[in-house]
Amino acid sequence: MTTVTWDREPATPRGPGTFLSVRDLSVEFSTEDGVVHAVDALSFDLQKGTTLGIVGESGSGKSVSNLAILGLHDPTQTKLGGEIWLEDQDLLRASRSTMEKLRGNRIAMIFQDPLTSLSPYHTVGRQISEVYRKHKGASRAEARARAVEMLERVGIPHARTRVDDYPHQFSGGMRQRVMIAMALVCDPDLIIADEPTTALDVTVQAQILDLLKDLQQQFGTSIILITHDLGVVANTAHNVLVMYAGRAVEQGTTHEVLREPRHPYTWGLLGSMPKLSSNVDLPLLPVRGTPPSLLSPPPGCPFHPRCDHRQLVGSDVCATERPELSPAEGHRDACYLTLAQKREIFDGKIKELL
Amino acid sequence: MFRFFVRRLIGAAVIMLIISAVTFFLFYAIPRDPARAFCGKICSPTNLELIRHNLGMDDPLFVQYWHWLTGIFTGRDLVQFGACAAPCLGYSFATQEPVFAAILDRFPVTVSVTLGAAVVILSFGIVTGMIAAWQQGKPLDKIASTSSVIGASLQIYFVGPLVVFFVVDSMGLLPRPSYIPFTEDPLGWFVHLLIPWFVLSIIFTANYTRMTRSVMVEQLAEDYVRTARAKGMSSRTVFLRFAWRGAMIPIVTIFGVDLATLLGGAIITEQTFTLHGIGELAVRAVQNTDLPMLLGVTLVGAFAIVILNIVVDMLYAVIDPRVRLG
Repeated sequence: MTTVTWDREPATPRGPGTFLSVRDLSVEFSTEDGVVHAVDALSFDLQKGTTLGIVGESGSGKSVSNLAILGLHDPTQTKLGGEIWLEDQDLLRASRSTMEKLRGNRIAMIFQDPLTSLSPYHTVGRQISEVYRKHKGASRAEARARAVEMLERVGIPHARTRVDDYPHQFSGGMRQRVMIAMALVCDPDLIIADEPTTALDVTVQAQILDLLKDLQQQFGTSIILITHDLGVVANTAHNVLVMYAGRAVEQGTTHEVLREPRHPYTWGLLGSMPKLSSNVDLPLLPVRGTPPSLLSPPPGCPFHPRCDHRQLVGSDVCATERPELSPAEGHRDACYLTLAQKREIFDGKIKELL
Repeated sequence: MFRFFVRRLIGAAVIMLIISAVTFFLFYAIPRDPARAFCGKICSPTNLELIRHNLGMDDPLFVQYWHWLTGIFTGRDLVQFGACAAPCLGYSFATQEPVFAAILDRFPVTVSVTLGAAVVILSFGIVTGMIAAWQQGKPLDKIASTSSVIGASLQIYFVGPLVVFFVVDSMGLLPRPSYIPFTEDPLGWFVHLLIPWFVLSIIFTANYTRMTRSVMVEQLAEDYVRTARAKGMSSRTVFLRFAWRGAMIPIVTIFGVDLATLLGGAIITEQTFTLHGIGELAVRAVQNTDLPMLLGVTLVGAFAIVILNIVVDMLYAVIDPRVRLG
């Protein structure tokens, strides 16, 4: 059963224009080996018409937290805590039928692998139009016309005939366009795109990202873009959230996080990105060590076992006490190094690697 | 599509040729002489020789097989029995009746038993499996899973008489199983076959319950099913229209494999309820070392299985648009 813990009265400190507000979200899975703390005290806000990029390694809780927004977690094994406010509705406590009416209608999701994510047994036209019929009560003919319109909008040539094709008859990029058409068919307010370009080659990737950007400008859609590709984020997101071991470790505008990153993990992520301009013989710099097991995350800062800079903090606080995001507003990160130290390390050692 | 049929029919012919040849030559590995059976108790060597000749058994094995094979298409003249029109499968050594006619006569019985049981198996197995998958981990799931294990461990020849004893003899709910031609009395046909259908389907139904449950649970974890949920489809739609569509493929596959076993089960069922079907012919043919009958029954069984497998392959193409026949 889904158990939602009410640890306190729903306080909703939300700024004006905030459309989606996630507060203290926690997601735990019970498995045979124990409880996996997939997401821990995650909070973020999303403004209308903007894009939030969520980055982090595999297993950092990016996808899980967004599946929770849609209520797509496995209810038999998952325990959720915190609040997810979509305008004035708490999605974690919404009824099943409320969620069914929201999904695909106000909130739509684009998945990573369009081949496995589209039903192989139904034509793309049917898969798109059934969303429209379900949420808008359209007739079969109206929904079909809408499906053709959507396919045209996402740039699929000969949409009128291709609407009757099956997903396996499309190329990878075209399939992802179908997926996007399906997500957009009800003009959603929020699109959650979970690694939408990871399975595509680079040229197609750029097309898809441009398409999402265009659609956002036209319709004012908010987008959550989950990715591990910082290049994608730099290109499309207004704000960035860096996640590590189920927690937010750095948050800010894209410019702030990518140009003046403050958290050692963000440095690691940026440093491990291959660069076209760099010398072929220079090895890439992966983040030392391996991601922690979420069955028993390390105490204190979850990144401390892999951190190269913790001795600068002086005390043992990194290993004992969990750092909170600070400052309260703007560009924030969860690290005990002082702002001056971070700036010094970044300017001195990290910047040259990027 | 046309190429698919031509290819599959050629394949079917080859398979049946091999099966008939193997049966034919295996028969001669049995140390029993059918001619001696014809000859009776007092049998002179000349008489035996004559019977052998009349049965065509003095020819080399390959020639005998060739005669038998060509007889199917052209008919043949048998010294012992007289003319036999195509398709000629010979005459029974034991009863002297023409094999083809005997099989044709019994065919509706076996087809009724098998197809009826297939319907029961698929409908019950799939429905209970779906319920178990829908109620995953809840009491109904556990009841379905447990009873399917019990069902799978039962035997036709044990359950059959038991059911007849209780349902027919004690309670008088149903008539004693027998075969009434469908064309004469559809209701009688149905009522008299109910017990054989259910008894034959018990072991299979249990398997299909378990399989349906597990493939449904698997399908429910598929990406495209998650997408359907992300689109706001109701859990019922997701279950029945998306997950079920994918689950049908493994079920159809296994059913194709099970058809042969089901035919074998039909033989046991016919024996258990003394229904006069092809199963009875087969058992008698083995007991009497009746080569023509044995070959005929084997061939018809193989034919049925091969054809049904072609049907199964066509079903794939209907279920999964990615499969193309060709």
